[in-house]
Amino acid sequence: MEFKDYYKVMGLARDATPENIKRAYRQLARKNHPDVNKEAGAEQRFKDIGEAYAVLKDPEKRAAYDALGTHREGQEFRPPPDWNANRAHGRDPREPFTDAEAAEASDFFETLFRHGFGGAQPRSAGGVGGADAHAFQADGEDQYAKVLIALEDSYAGTMRRIVLRVPERDDDGRVRLREQQLDVTIPRGVRAGQHIRLAGRGTPGMGNGKPGDLFLEVEFEPHAHYRIDKRDVYLDLPVSPWEATLGAEIVVPTPSGEVELKIPAGSVAGRKLRLKGRGIPGNTPGDFYFVLQIALPPADSEAANQLYRDMAAQFKSFQPRAKLGAST
Amino acid sequence: MNQPQHAEITGAIHEEQSDLSLAELCQRCRVRTELVIEMVEEGVLTPQGTQPEQWRFTGWHVQRARVAVRLQRDLGVNHAGAALALQLLDEIEILKARLQARG
Repeated sequence: MEFKDYYKVMGLARDATPENIKRAYRQLARKNHPDVNKEAGAEQRFKDIGEAYAVLKDPEKRAAYDALGTHREGQEFRPPPDWNANRAHGRDPREPFTDAEAAEASDFFETLFRHGFGGAQPRSAGGVGGADAHAFQADGEDQYAKVLIALEDSYAGTMRRIVLRVPERDDDGRVRLREQQLDVTIPRGVRAGQHIRLAGRGTPGMGNGKPGDLFLEVEFEPHAHYRIDKRDVYLDLPVSPWEATLGAEIVVPTPSGEVELKIPAGSVAGRKLRLKGRGIPGNTPGDFYFVLQIALPPADSEAANQLYRDMAAQFKSFQPRAKLGAST
Repeated sequence: MNQPQHAEITGAIHEEQSDLSLAELCQRCRVRTELVIEMVEEGVLTPQGTQPEQWRFTGWHVQRARVAVRLQRDLGVNHAGAALALQLLDEIEILKARLQARG
């Protein structure tokens, strides 16, 4: 397994005081907490920090970790043969990891500080003073995953196959991972940031404990044309100067299909045209907005250049920057 | 690793679930009743109804309570700190959405 440099993970010197460790953890946790920081990688950093803190905040674990000596992060590492000798037995009640998190902890942590250290029982099995995991009853943990869908999928509903790695206990009470495929029907009208709850699909409970739930957080794939604000959907719609000025009826795409749109005469760039109730569907559906953009035809021929010169002559009194106080 | 298991399942939009009682919210968030009452008093949660036994929560409240509990557990903040963090996170989301809508 690979060595984990917990001091490096937390940006600390090896002689850091308990106060330094706590302060560093708080600062890094605030910065990388997955509820606060949505950047890719933040969640993994938060888990790494939690793992490092679980060891460094505990004097006994820290002393044992320090005794391993200095190694490079990621260096191949084997624990000393007498690792588990002379350790106090019994679970650490401050153990911060849940079963689901324990299943994702590094091999290094699992080997040295979970099963190999102090005979610790996994969290939901312990704390009652016994050793037989089957005698306990505890509800399973909830699990979270993300699911990426297209905006169009929200209009019609869709199905996604997800593969879960579900922590399961073997007969010895150890947590192992098993793959589970789920074909999940994503309901119509779901919005980015909402969660699909799959009751009972989280971590299994212990004994007669209920299983946790699985929550799928919905994210929309970035779209080349549509922008989304809660339930409302926006599309920048290029129109020609004559369509905007004279009015027109045009056929335009929306996520729910093509529509015939009437451009009112005298429209200007930035004008919003609303299709009520054609945003993301739901009990209170959103609206769809076309935001007009004026597209100028290229002056790529002498005739086209002459047309622009004719317009300049025709609209001599037109002052496009009049609102800025400029007269030319 | 064993052969992957396979199942089909229909999901429901959690935030749109409504009419949850205080007991149901506590059960979904695995927290004590007193903690939820404190969160309501602090303005973290704003249920419909005036008395705790009449309170009605939605799935959105459940998500909010879960985040508040995680922030308190992981960052060591109190109710007021969690409430402030949630309020600022809400504002960030609104600003991000506005920025995106402007293109």
